[in-house]
Amino acid sequence: MREVAIIASAQADNTATTTSTPVEMLIPVIQQVLANASMTKTDIGFWCHGSCDYMTGQPFSFVSAVDALGAWPPIIESHVEADGAFALYEAWLKIQTGEIDTALVFGNGRSSSGDINRILTLQLDPYVVGPLWPDDRSIAAMQARACLESGVVTERAMAEVAQRNHRNALTNPKALRRGDHSIEALMAAQLVADPLRELDCPAHADGVTAVIIAAGDRARGLAARPAWIRGIDHRIESQNLGNRSMTTLPSAALAAHKAGVANDKIDVAELHAPYTHQELLLTSALGLSEATTINPSGGALCANPMMSAGLARFAEAATRIMNGTADRALGHASSGPWMQQNLVCVLEGE
Amino acid sequence: MAERCAVIGVGQTQHTSCRADVSIAGLVREAVDRALESAQLTMADIDAIVIGKAPDMLEGVMMPELWLVDSLAAAGKPVFRVHTAGSVGGSTAIVAAQHVMSGVHKRVLTVGFEKQSDGNAMWALSVPMPFGMPVHAGAGGYFSPIIRSYIKRSGAPSHIGCMVAVKDRTNACRNPYAHLHEPDWTLEKAMASPMLWDPVRMVETCPSSDGAMALVLASEDVADAHDGPKAWVHATAMRSEPTAFAGRNQVSPRASEDCANDLWRKAGITSPIDEIDAVEMYVPFAWFEPMWLESLGFAPKDHGWRFVEDGVTEMTGRLPVNCSGGVLSTNPIGASGMLRFGEAAMQVMGIAGDHQVDSVRKAFGHAYGGGSQFFAMWVVGKDKP
Repeated sequence: MREVAIIASAQADNTATTTSTPVEMLIPVIQQVLANASMTKTDIGFWCHGSCDYMTGQPFSFVSAVDALGAWPPIIESHVEADGAFALYEAWLKIQTGEIDTALVFGNGRSSSGDINRILTLQLDPYVVGPLWPDDRSIAAMQARACLESGVVTERAMAEVAQRNHRNALTNPKALRRGDHSIEALMAAQLVADPLRELDCPAHADGVTAVIIAAGDRARGLAARPAWIRGIDHRIESQNLGNRSMTTLPSAALAAHKAGVANDKIDVAELHAPYTHQELLLTSALGLSEATTINPSGGALCANPMMSAGLARFAEAATRIMNGTADRALGHASSGPWMQQNLVCVLEGE
Repeated sequence: MAERCAVIGVGQTQHTSCRADVSIAGLVREAVDRALESAQLTMADIDAIVIGKAPDMLEGVMMPELWLVDSLAAAGKPVFRVHTAGSVGGSTAIVAAQHVMSGVHKRVLTVGFEKQSDGNAMWALSVPMPFGMPVHAGAGGYFSPIIRSYIKRSGAPSHIGCMVAVKDRTNACRNPYAHLHEPDWTLEKAMASPMLWDPVRMVETCPSSDGAMALVLASEDVADAHDGPKAWVHATAMRSEPTAFAGRNQVSPRASEDCANDLWRKAGITSPIDEIDAVEMYVPFAWFEPMWLESLGFAPKDHGWRFVEDGVTEMTGRLPVNCSGGVLSTNPIGASGMLRFGEAAMQVMGIAGDHQVDSVRKAFGHAYGGGSQFFAMWVVGKDKP
C-alpha cells in the first residue's frame, strides 16, 4: 500500500438556505483548499466529486460543478452519487494504482432546495416502502424508540449527546446551530417525532467541503504534519427495515475492524451520526472508549450539509492531526436509513 | 504500482423498451447472475460491488444502490456508486478495475443499469432550471448542431449517418440481447426515415431501453486460476472538460483527444487502426461514428466519413465498429457505457457469438457523456499487459 495523507481542507460556512448556485458555492471553497495547500489546479492529478441529483432537484446536477474547477485544459475527473467522503475513497484507490500522486476531492449539497426530510424517503424501496412516505425523522424515531425500549440508550444519554455537540459547536464558526443547553431543558423540549426532539435531529444545511490528499513524500512536502490514512474501509447492510437490527450497526463495526480502529487509542473521532441516538449506537459499534473526544466540531447535529457532511468529518479529524492536537483520529461518513452504509477512516500523525 | 486486472465474467440482460416482467432489482440481478455464471463464481466470492447508472430521476429512486443491497447479496460488503452522466457505464468499469488494480480487492462485481420505462427519460434529461440554459430538446436537439458543424467542416455527404445506422441495426440482428432487431434496413429506406432534429433522422437515433450489464473483474492470481476466457485490462483513461465556453470544439473535444492519447500511450499503442481489432464506441446518434473515429485517432481529420463510406467499420472491415449493434440498437443509458466496455471484453474473450470478429487480440471500449465532455475508455487484450 502506498502511504496517503490528507494535507489540506476547506469548508464553506454552513447555512440554512442559500441563493447561490452550486457552482457559486463551490468556487470559493475549491480556491481556499488549493490556497491552504499552496497548490494550484495544475498540481492536482485527479478530481473527484460527491453530490446527489435529488438534493438539487436536477438530473446531471454535478455536470456544472466542472465549471468551478477551471477544467481547461481537460482534467482527470470523476463523480460519485454519494457523500464526498466516498469521492475521497475513490481517489485513495486511484493513488494506490500509482496513476496519480495528488487528488482534490469535494462534496456539496444544498439541502434547502427542497424538503430534505421527505426527499430522503425516495431512497427507500420504491415498490413497498417509499409509497407509504415515511420521512427521515419518522424512520429515525422508530429506531430511537427501539433503542430506548431495549435499554441500549436512555433519553438522558441522548440529551447529553445533544448538549455536548451543541456546546462543541460554540467554537466552530462553520456550524449552523450551536448553544449551551441544560439537560433538563433538552429533555423538556417538544417532541418532533416521538421520541426525538428538535435538537436530537440533524441541522440540515447547505454546504461544501473540499480536501486534498497526496502520496508519500509529496504529502510531506505539502504539509508540516500530514494526516496519514492508516486504514479506510466502507461496508453496507440491508435496507430492508423489517429485516434490520434496530439497535446495532454491524456495517459500522465491520468497517471499523477492517480499518484497524482498535489497533491503538483514538484521540478524536468525528462521526457522521445525524441523530443523537445514532451517535450512541455508532460509538459503541466503532468500539470507542471514554478516552476518545467525540465530535469536537459539533458534528451533524449542528451542521449536516448532505453529501459533504461526511467529508467534513474527515476534514475536521484531519485538522486535529495536522495542528498537533491529536495523534490518532477517526473520520466517519454514513448514508441511508438507520445509517445503512458506513465509511471509516483512521488518520495518524507522524 | 498497479496490479494486473482481467475481466473474467460478462453478463447482460435482454434489452427492450419496457421490461415489465422485472423490477429494477430483478433487471440488475439478471445481468449479475449471468456475469457470475460466466466467471464461475457465486455472490459469496465477490469482495466489492461498484454500481453505475445515469440520473436517478430516470426511475425516481434516489441512490438506488442502497435499496439494491439485498438483491445483490451485498450486506457486509463495500458498495460503491458512480455517476458521470452518459459515460457512467465506462467510468464505473474503470472505477471497478481500480478496486482491483489498487491491490485492495481481488474479485469485484460491477453493474450498470437503467430502467427507462419506469420514468420519462426525455423529461428527466432536460428539466428546466432557473438561470440555466433551457434546452428542452433532449439529447438529439443538443447534439444536432454539433453534427451539422461536423458535416460542414468535413464535407461529408448526407447519407453517411444512414450508412452507420444501417450497419449498426444490421449488426444488432446478430446480437440476441440487443433491443432493436430490424433486419430489413437499406440505405434507401433509411434516407426516407423521418427527420427528427435536422440532420438527424429517426433511424439515426438510439432507442430508449431497459437493461443492465455486469462484469466480474479479477486480480492476476484469480484470473490465472480462472478456467475460462478472460480479457486483460491493458489501459484505462478518463477526461472531463466544461460544457460550454467560447471557442470550444464540440465536434472533437480536447478532452476526447487527450483521453485517447493518454489511453494509447498507456496501452503501448502507436497506430490504433492497426493494433485495435474491434471497437465498441458510444454512438447514440449515427454521425458520431465518423466524428469519434477522427477524434480518437483511428482516422485522419475529416476522413472519418470516408471510413464509413468505404466499409472500414463493417463487421468484415479493417476496423469493425459496434458489432453488437451499439448504442444505436440498445440504450439503457446507465448501462450503455458498460455495454461498450463489456462487448469489447467479449470480443477479446471470444464469446460474442454471432457478432464475434475473428482473432481479436486487442479491443477498445468507449463511452462519453454530458455535452460531449466526459470521456471514459479502455483497451482490453488477450495477453497480459
